[in-house]
Amino acid sequence: MYTLENVSKTYAQSKRTVTALKDVSLTIPSGQLVAIQGPTGGGKSTLLQMLGALDRPSAGRVSLGDAELSHLPDSKLGTIRAEQIGFVFQGFNLIPTLTAQENVETALEPLGVAGDERRRRALEALASVGLADRAGHVPGELSGGQQQRVAIARALVKEPEVLLADEPTGNLDEGTRDEIMDLLEGLWRDRGLTLVIVTHDSAVAKRAERRLHLKNGTVTEKS
Amino acid sequence: MFFTYLRRELAGRRRQTTIVAIGMALAIALVMIVNAVSTGVKNAQASVLESVYGIGTDLTVSQDPAPPGEGELGPGPGRFEFGADEGTSNGDSTEISQSRLTAGFGSTTFDASALDTVTDVDGVAAASAALALTNTTFSGELPPFVQGGAGPGEGQPPADVEQPPTGGFDGAGGSAFDVDSFTVLGIDPAGAAVGPLSAVELSDGRGLEASDDGTAVAVLDASYATSAELAVGDTIDVGGTPFEVVGTVTSTSADAATAANVYIPLGLAQELSGLEGQVSDISVQATSADVIDQVESDLEAALPDATVSTQSDLAASVSGSLATASSLISNLGLWLSVAVLAAAFLIAILFTIQGVTRRTREFGTLKAIGWSNRRITGQVAGESLVQGLIGGAAGLVLGLVGIWIVNLMSPTLGGSAGQTLPDVLAGGPAGPGGAGPGGGGPFGAMVPDAAGTAEVTLNAPITVSVIAIAIGLAVLGGLLAGAIGGWRAARLRPAEALRSVA
Repeated sequence: MYTLENVSKTYAQSKRTVTALKDVSLTIPSGQLVAIQGPTGGGKSTLLQMLGALDRPSAGRVSLGDAELSHLPDSKLGTIRAEQIGFVFQGFNLIPTLTAQENVETALEPLGVAGDERRRRALEALASVGLADRAGHVPGELSGGQQQRVAIARALVKEPEVLLADEPTGNLDEGTRDEIMDLLEGLWRDRGLTLVIVTHDSAVAKRAERRLHLKNGTVTEKS
Repeated sequence: MFFTYLRRELAGRRRQTTIVAIGMALAIALVMIVNAVSTGVKNAQASVLESVYGIGTDLTVSQDPAPPGEGELGPGPGRFEFGADEGTSNGDSTEISQSRLTAGFGSTTFDASALDTVTDVDGVAAASAALALTNTTFSGELPPFVQGGAGPGEGQPPADVEQPPTGGFDGAGGSAFDVDSFTVLGIDPAGAAVGPLSAVELSDGRGLEASDDGTAVAVLDASYATSAELAVGDTIDVGGTPFEVVGTVTSTSADAATAANVYIPLGLAQELSGLEGQVSDISVQATSADVIDQVESDLEAALPDATVSTQSDLAASVSGSLATASSLISNLGLWLSVAVLAAAFLIAILFTIQGVTRRTREFGTLKAIGWSNRRITGQVAGESLVQGLIGGAAGLVLGLVGIWIVNLMSPTLGGSAGQTLPDVLAGGPAGPGGAGPGGGGPFGAMVPDAAGTAEVTLNAPITVSVIAIAIGLAVLGGLLAGAIGGWRAARLRPAEALRSVA
């Protein structure tokens, strides 16, 4: 379960200070599917980075379960990301020189999983997203939808508690978007994940249990 | 994962890998060639020096010549004086001949007790003294002369009688003179372990032995013996005393002459030259290379008037094209190597930094999924290291080919140690034909041939150190680029790295 208490985040940009989050307090129970919407520059990605232990708030507290993410050292945050949090990005963020299977294996590297076990689990993860036959292909040989499936397999291969998706369908056409959302929704149901999706797309947001709106750094619940 | 990722990255960035490898290869090959040629030049210098000083000589002790005072002549054979009854007359002419054994031109002698002083210094393993001399022979043919009477030689001929001159070398009252000289080195016949004769090979007969002390026996430089048509068993006149030739020697250094034309026992050399108790230089062997500097300073303190030279001082005295090559290698070669190496390292570093910048999203993603800074730094450093090693391997091959070409060309370098070491060589050993001290003497300019010069074929050796340098530089270049690139990658904060491309 995520707990955010009076979280603010400011950035120094040139000579001015930009406030990305303003005094955000929020609780996300485990296993919930949450969609975050809002205009560009409203603070959606910043909030996702706080939830993903990629950044620390300028003020306030962010907790994931018992872990207080606001004050942990970088190495500990890295361990939490490696063990508990999976990421899916709008641009897929696959390593272009590695095959689909090797890309999935990168998520198991920081966990110290041995080679054979790593390969087996990577192939299983690819099979779970319907890409078992594309394991040996590099990203450049895959379509956008297939690349996002590889990215989802990479996020899920370590069996995380949380999956954070930043515009996961932003670069995909409608048909592929629906396929990816079906996949994410199915995985969420099957695995009991906490799934947080940042999206501009209302069709995607409508599939969430809970919808948040973020504007000018302030969160409001959306019915 | 490490090696898979590394292999895929290098294969995926062939252009960058190739450019970095080529730069490293050129730099490493150049350093290898310069190092090998430098070693070859040093060996050539040592070869020239060994021919003069002998193997194992770490230091020499000599004394700078004092400039002649006003009105004084410099050292030399002095004036040849012939008495009225000297020479051999055959009726038409009188043949005269006189040999003098004197300190070599430009040479200064000092008391032989300095040898005991040197031997007493801590760190001296062995020492031997030598006396460098020049034997000058004045010979000629004169017309007969009559004392106190009418004749062409002296007195007033009758005014009314015209008598054309007769006799002499041309039958018309003329005279002819020859001046011949060769270098002589008086050495301790029992002390060949260090000194000029330690770097010679016996060509014929035998060398000087302890029992030869005080005996008129001589060992000749083989080249000089050939030119002077002398062989073992013949007699050579040294300072007016006949010496039996008991052996001939050649230098162990290819093509190099030995230190002198004639070697005789030190005691006789001192006696015949009138320099009893005098020597001109002392060859010193230190107990180890580590103590040479200490021995040098101790010797300078013990013998304040003496000049103490180490091998490096002596190496600096080698002149000729060998010196030019040495200078070229140590100046242009060294700096060119440093410049090319710096450029190669810079290229490797810049490409690595550029690669890290280009892969910001990649590293940001890896950090997001939990890769540690150390793991990412290791990956970047590993990639750079392998690039460096590829360059090193190519450089090693290129360098070996370059060294092979140098050895195939086998350039010949000329070197001379004698020109700047008059104390030791008295102007340098004579070349074939009995040419005397280079630079002249009391009889004017002698034949300015290759006095003291050795022609040495340059051989660039492939040593373990040359190969170690290649591998070491490849590793160093790779690690340097990798460390800087890795440091850049480690500094990336995942949120910023992801935001920068969002």
